[in-house]
Amino acid sequence: MTWLVIAVVGGATIAFKAAGPVLVGNRELPPQVASVVDVLAPALLAALVVTQTVGGDGEIVIDARLAGVVAGGVAVWLRAPLLVVMVVAAATAALIRLF
Amino acid sequence: MPLAVAPLLFGAAFGVLALDAGLGAEGAIAMSATTFGGSAQFAAATILEDGGGAAAAIVAALLLNARYVPLSLAVASIFRGSWRRRAVESQLIVDESWALAGRSGRFEYGVLIGVGLLFYVVWVGGTVLGTLIGDLLDPEGIGLDAAFPALFLALLAPYLRSRRALLTAIVAGAITLVLIPVAPPGVPIVAASVAALIGLRR
Repeated sequence: MTWLVIAVVGGATIAFKAAGPVLVGNRELPPQVASVVDVLAPALLAALVVTQTVGGDGEIVIDARLAGVVAGGVAVWLRAPLLVVMVVAAATAALIRLF
Repeated sequence: MPLAVAPLLFGAAFGVLALDAGLGAEGAIAMSATTFGGSAQFAAATILEDGGGAAAAIVAALLLNARYVPLSLAVASIFRGSWRRRAVESQLIVDESWALAGRSGRFEYGVLIGVGLLFYVVWVGGTVLGTLIGDLLDPEGIGLDAAFPALFLALLAPYLRSRRALLTAIVAGAITLVLIPVAPPGVPIVAASVAALIGLRR
């Protein structure tokens, strides 16, 4: 049974990832579709930020992640490099969990 | 390179969880090599470990990975060549390689392939290590679960100079926040892509 899970999840994920490049790659999109695809990136990034910051298993969870991301957000605002942003966020969350 | 610490530690943590869940070392490594998506793998293994059954594990993992349809659509234009080649290269799309590839506001093929390959090797290698020697280090203990949303926030920031992208991001974030308590994990991200219809506004 576990191999069934591995095969189905693996096969479906491979299809999900290939969907865009196989169906759309090598082709010019109509302008209206292109303008929607253009703002897909910020929409999905915002959704990833929210789920990974406060997402729990079917509930909003406020914990050290939120403090870390807020600290990271300040670093972004101060135009810190990406690596510094990540270290600030991680260190903040780790420190809060220590106490 | 320091980015690769995270997939190494999370990969090892998955290896440990997968052994507990009865996937076996071969199963754990096969799943990391084919699914190559942390959240879905953790969800499936956790459900199997809790005795939730194969169907529940499959549904949860597929909902979580359904986000790769809109993610791959957003980055589709950088893939060239035959459809076989595009299908193979698209497997290097993970949240991190996808987000970093778009950091200049325009997706870069070299970044997606480079970061994707690095993450793939380290993720599968981390899984192998986890099944052999157990947890390397607690990723949450060093705050790595806060580092990635912060990275995505940093990569979102340059887009926000455009009013339309700013509005899209706010609506997408709101949809996600509202749906997290009521929808199964994974669904909020897919639903948030509807916000991209704002792109149709003049």
